Amino acid sequence: MTADAAALRAPGRLVGAHAGTLTQVGYLARRSITRTVRQPLMIVPSLVFPLFLLAVNSSGLEAATVLPGFPTDSYLSFALGLTFMQGALFATMGAGQSIAGDIQHGFFNRLQLTPLRGRALIAGQLAGVMIQGLIQGIAYLIIALAFGAEFEAGPAGVIVLFALSALVGLAFGSIGLAIGLRTGNAEAVQGVFPLLFVLLFLSSGALPRDLITNDWFQTVATLNPVSYLIEGFRSLFITGWDGEALALAIGLSVAILLFGMWAATAALRTQMERT
Amino acid sequence: MSALETRFARGAWAVAWRGLHVMAAKPSLIIPSLVFPLFFFAAFAGGLSAVDQAPNFDYPSYTTFQYVFVLMQSAIFGGVFTGFGIAADFEFGFARRLLIASHNRSAIVAGYAITALVRALLVWTVVTIVAIATGLEVSGNVGDILEILVIAVMLNFAATMFASGMAMRFRTLQAAPLIQLPAFLIIMTAPVYVPRDLIEGWVASVAEVNPFTATLEAGRDLIIGAPAETLLAVGVAAGLIVVMLNWARTGLRRAEAAG
Amino acid sequence: MEGTRDNGIEVEGLVREFKKGPRAVDGIDLTVAPGEIYGFLGPNGAGKSTTVHMLTTLLPPTAGTARVAGYDIVEQGPQVRDAIGVALQEAALDQFLTAREHMRLQAGMHGIPKAEALRRGDALIERVGLSDAADRKVGGYSGGMRRRLDLALALVHQPSILFLDEPTTGLDVQSRTALWDEVARLSNDEGATVFLTTQYLEEADALADRVGIIDTGRIVAEGTPESLKDEIGRPTVEAAPLEEADLERMRTALARFGSPQRADRGHVAVRLDERSAELADVVRALDAEGIAISDMEIHAPTLDDVFLAKTGRRLEGAAREAEEAKDTGELEAVPA
Repeated sequence: MTADAAALRAPGRLVGAHAGTLTQVGYLARRSITRTVRQPLMIVPSLVFPLFLLAVNSSGLEAATVLPGFPTDSYLSFALGLTFMQGALFATMGAGQSIAGDIQHGFFNRLQLTPLRGRALIAGQLAGVMIQGLIQGIAYLIIALAFGAEFEAGPAGVIVLFALSALVGLAFGSIGLAIGLRTGNAEAVQGVFPLLFVLLFLSSGALPRDLITNDWFQTVATLNPVSYLIEGFRSLFITGWDGEALALAIGLSVAILLFGMWAATAALRTQMERT
Repeated sequence: MSALETRFARGAWAVAWRGLHVMAAKPSLIIPSLVFPLFFFAAFAGGLSAVDQAPNFDYPSYTTFQYVFVLMQSAIFGGVFTGFGIAADFEFGFARRLLIASHNRSAIVAGYAITALVRALLVWTVVTIVAIATGLEVSGNVGDILEILVIAVMLNFAATMFASGMAMRFRTLQAAPLIQLPAFLIIMTAPVYVPRDLIEGWVASVAEVNPFTATLEAGRDLIIGAPAETLLAVGVAAGLIVVMLNWARTGLRRAEAAG
Repeated sequence: MEGTRDNGIEVEGLVREFKKGPRAVDGIDLTVAPGEIYGFLGPNGAGKSTTVHMLTTLLPPTAGTARVAGYDIVEQGPQVRDAIGVALQEAALDQFLTAREHMRLQAGMHGIPKAEALRRGDALIERVGLSDAADRKVGGYSGGMRRRLDLALALVHQPSILFLDEPTTGLDVQSRTALWDEVARLSNDEGATVFLTTQYLEEADALADRVGIIDTGRIVAEGTPESLKDEIGRPTVEAAPLEEADLERMRTALARFGSPQRADRGHVAVRLDERSAELADVVRALDAEGIAISDMEIHAPTLDDVFLAKTGRRLEGAAREAEEAKDTGELEAVPA
């Protein structure tokens, strides 16, 4: 039998090189991105829901802009911080459900039977999150500008906006991965959604922190890291270059990312029972 | 009561009893129905309280303003959650047993509606206690309060009829987003954050024609003892009930036909 | 590294416990020679899949040792995985990827360079007959197509030992036979060692060189299909008299040929227990008694009979098939 037709290796010949981690990341990222792009119905809720909320809130809360101390006269511009942050929420869910689905349907076993490196799996999965975040970000920005939102940071700010968006998406995506890996169950990942939703809304998403008159709520919003992430996004729209807001947002995102990666790696170790 | 009516009542009560029993046995099932309204109350009454300082915002208390919203919203969502329960019953075969066992199938739907109402009353009690503790101001009289309750009950019934009609048509939990989405759309395109005259943009136009708006505004007026368009609100709610009752009835036919 | 690696499997005292419940695998010893097809036969829940998961390094054993392709499954996991190809019970495929994309991914993960991966991938896709569907998403594949892709994927890194966990469960007859042909070819032409689990006795019968019968975590019988069946005994003869009244006489006449067995209504069955007794002798005996025969069948012992003898129960699927076979037999027996 020729080497072409033979499915099996000649006895004694071992496989030489194994794929390096980066190569594996490449293959897994390719898969993750392909899956994202081929499931448009999964992306639609992540676009429609935040944009609907944006519309409703802009209409309903425009009145708030006349409050003394309100940083802008366009509630639409103000609210975009929350919109971009919602995108990160969907990233969490997407990453978690995807890996949980792989575990439930055996694809995780398939990967374990290859010389898979755990780090490569995590990095590869997050690539899909990045793509989804990119699509979301472009959609939000285009619609926002079309409806007259201000973007004080200008063209250079767009790069920072997408960089921050990517960073936040990675951070929350890795948390989603951690949950998906730990539970191995897509429904359990779904169950986390209300918690993240709560985190999103008990923040300065609707009003600036200093204009919250309810003491209890203001305390929660001040302690909630999500407030600072929203404010970082928001600053690009209504202020331009607010070094402090951006530094806080970036710093917190990195912290959350580090935590998420640690949690995901630990969960992966438990899930990967292979010897 | 005639023999037919007695049987109807008995059938309805049997279904209702089971629903209540499930609720009592698994309190965790009622947690979403409680948490969402409380959460909205906290987020809106708490987080957005500064909004009432906007000029032209003439309503005495933002807490009260949002309390009414949460009351009406939970009335609708109570119906939605009941719809989930019905869909689950169909998916897991329990509904078939009910359909086979009962003489008058409408009694089954009535039974679910009773469960929904009891659940709603529970939620309203908890929400009201929390609201009073955080500064709710009620200046309406007993009659006004009763009228609010009537409107809320009617909304709850209409929502339950809508949700059961959907559940009986699809007979699977995968229809849950389809049940939730219209309810969410109706709720959010009403005067949620500010009175109708302060809303800008296209949402204002939608709010004008949204039936939920009438019930919200009547409730908000009644609770502060101001003149309210109660008749309009009741009429709108009655109209919703008529439409949704038919929706549920035709849904029941579909479910029966599917066997 | 060193020279020839052996393609065998050696298992000693393999045990797997789970936190809740009894031992899934309760001390298994077995050996598979290089180039052999070993059939692991047993009902649902017997421990077949758990054993496969352990031998393919996906699950560490609680106790015991095993060497696959000469490598220890616990200490040398990566080397084992390199030498084996696995097609698990769930054809774990990504419904959004095409066959070609699957091959590319699998080959890439194994470190096969791109050009070689494409070449091998296409060759294997053609080999399992999926060339036409190669660029369609797997979500639209039939069950048979998925299994074929699964097999092709298992072969992409040219392993020397193949693990197939219930490869034909749920497939139609055509797909099943096609898969059997391919497995036989891999073994005969290329010298693959195949460890196959199945709940279908005819699959074990047709494919396996040796069979291990497993029940509740233990091997209850092992050997070639023929030797196992021979161990159980001889064929069973089942006959029905033309006249119902002759049933008892037939029963007496046949009693001397062997031990009575369960039979359908109106029939008598005996398992022939002497080597010398043949069907012809039975017919002659009945003829001598003047008993007219309306129906006579000879059933060779099956692996199901082996299972029954060892465990007191029938294999689930086999029981059902046996019933169906009996039914059709009945219909043929009805006189015109």
